[in-house]
Amino acid sequence: MEKELADVRGMIIESERASELLGAAKPVPYAVELKGRITRDMIEEISKLKGEPDWMRRLRLRMLELFEKLPMPKWVRGVGEIDLETLVHYAKPQTQTARSWDELPKEIREYYEKLGLPEMEAKALLGLATQFDSEIVYFNFKRKLEEKGVVMLPMEEAVKKYPDLVKQYFMRVFPAEHKFAALHGALWSGGTFIYVPPGVRIEQPLETFFLIGGSMESQMEHSIVVADKGAQVHWIEGCSAPRLLKYSFHNGMVEGYAHEGADLKITTVQNWSRDIINFNNKRAVAEARAHVQWVEGSIGSKTTYTFPSTILKGEGASTEIYGITAANGGLWKENGAKVWHLAPDTKSRIVNKSISANGGTSVYRGMVYVAKGAKYARSHVQCDALVLDGDSANITIPHDQVFEETAVVTHEATASRISEEKLMYLRARGLTEDEAKASVVLGFVSDIVKDLPFEYAVVLQRVLELEFSKLGRVG
Amino acid sequence: MAVLEVRNLHVAVDGKRILKGVSLTVKSGEIVALMGPNGSGKSTLFQTIAGNPRYQVVEGDVLLDGASLKDAAPEERFAKGLFVGFQSPVAIPEVRFAFLIQAMLNKRSGKKLGDANPKIAEAFKIAGELGLKQDVFNRGVGAGFSGGEFKRAEVLLALLAKPSIAILDEPDSGLDIDGMAAISKALLRLAEGGAGILLSTHYARILKFLEPSKVYVMYDGRLVLEGGPEIVKKVEEAGYERLFKEAGIA
Repeated sequence: MEKELADVRGMIIESERASELLGAAKPVPYAVELKGRITRDMIEEISKLKGEPDWMRRLRLRMLELFEKLPMPKWVRGVGEIDLETLVHYAKPQTQTARSWDELPKEIREYYEKLGLPEMEAKALLGLATQFDSEIVYFNFKRKLEEKGVVMLPMEEAVKKYPDLVKQYFMRVFPAEHKFAALHGALWSGGTFIYVPPGVRIEQPLETFFLIGGSMESQMEHSIVVADKGAQVHWIEGCSAPRLLKYSFHNGMVEGYAHEGADLKITTVQNWSRDIINFNNKRAVAEARAHVQWVEGSIGSKTTYTFPSTILKGEGASTEIYGITAANGGLWKENGAKVWHLAPDTKSRIVNKSISANGGTSVYRGMVYVAKGAKYARSHVQCDALVLDGDSANITIPHDQVFEETAVVTHEATASRISEEKLMYLRARGLTEDEAKASVVLGFVSDIVKDLPFEYAVVLQRVLELEFSKLGRVG
Repeated sequence: MAVLEVRNLHVAVDGKRILKGVSLTVKSGEIVALMGPNGSGKSTLFQTIAGNPRYQVVEGDVLLDGASLKDAAPEERFAKGLFVGFQSPVAIPEVRFAFLIQAMLNKRSGKKLGDANPKIAEAFKIAGELGLKQDVFNRGVGAGFSGGEFKRAEVLLALLAKPSIAILDEPDSGLDIDGMAAISKALLRLAEGGAGILLSTHYARILKFLEPSKVYVMYDGRLVLEGGPEIVKKVEEAGYERLFKEAGIA
């Protein structure tokens, strides 16, 4: 691992955190910008601009009604900062969806180049879509997958081209059960739809990359990934943003579906700049003997709420939910997990690793539900916290609801720090203080990172290394 | 030819004076033993030589090849050819032992931390000779290591680092007779390769294998006895208490 790490290092991001890497946001020409109060007119306008079928227009309007009715969640910190009426809720850049990087406007292309996406696509991906603000601006997908019947499309195209397929999943895995989910349903724009037919196994990942290019915007992409019976797919989502004047609001949704015996992996490398308030709505269903794996690498943003969740619906279904949370600086980062065991012999494993430093707070908020009749369900939750100084904190809030006697639900939590003793030992072996800290931080998350595709492991490690190697004195 | 020189060293920890004027030298190829009861200041001396910032030099100096190490950070001392092994296990479960070896070797040869290092194969071989099990490589540094495993691991690191001066704090504690023999053999090889070795120990046993050229006995922050192997014999026969009484020290 370490050898390969060094080999590709040259090609990958050489710079700092997302905001430093991308610099300050540059003006980008927009074709359409819809701003202000969220009304029926605004929703109708978005639907019209997208040329949507009527069922989707009605879905949006239903969601708007729910949004208006549902109460503001009280437990969410930072929600007071968001003034929805001042945000641009639909920002369509002045470009068509490009099939090659050259077709993109220079300002936009440069962002992706700085992130190393063209190289990543060439080296590791079978399909890549990139979203800029509200729309997918670049999309490329290997023909050999198309020939096997695999579908990967910007969501808007899928809604038109495969309405019956999309309808089966769209906000059915994740219904509008809270205000922000409903808001998402009303305003969604962009995201990708992926469908892998029965028995088709895709060995290399597909990726969608989300970039927020402007201040005072909302981005609410909707992604669906479906692995039909016995299929296998790995979808990666990356997120980044340049430095913004004020802030922007992300409220995306991911719905996953692993049909019988399917294997679905969803990996997120979230490296928003410090100006993003980040909400996520992520849920997957696993049918009998299917497996769902979530990896949530939550590095950037100002505030994050993300709870990858799996409904273990069929007998023998299983899930793993891995989380890495970095709360460096006065940030509030919640990275949790939820699992519903609804059938016998279902298994879940949640591993959450958090690093808090310089006044950062990381929170694990988790829920394990075992329904009566989910015989011999097994769940293990492991939360490891690395807290680097006295100003920083980790909060672990596990919650179990177990209604089945034969179920075994276990928890394990550890807390550690980088003591002077650890640093001294590593320095006596030749490592500088920064290298010693980076080694501890990277080592701490290594058992999650090693499961990622190699190129992504490198990116994630690099981001973490930069984030934590320049810490002040720790004690 | 490397020389480590400790000159009239006075050291305080958290304001408390522990070393009260220690002077000694270690040269390339020579084995120097430091004996003394618990709490006499042996580990303080070693940690000070390593550059541990907790240990405050009040007076005196440590020199390597005539140059003061006063302002050198621990990693700089390592880079200059010093290796200081620790007495009690430091647990760093986050960092795999194999990674530490790789990182250390890379630092030693001026490469980047994560670069591939072919010498890792050598580490497996030496580990075998030291009786260190392979599974240790995949565990965190010191994590769940037994006392004996930690000592073997420290000696392994010393051998791999190829220092000009190796300092080992009680490399024999927690080892059985076979372990002691294996470690002694390794240290002899290190000395034959030209490294100067300074080691502390409570027991005379390891010194039978190593035959140090000089033996110091420390008590209450000072070197109270100095000589050849005959001192080891005296310690073994009389014990520290009687020895110090006879010498009119305590």
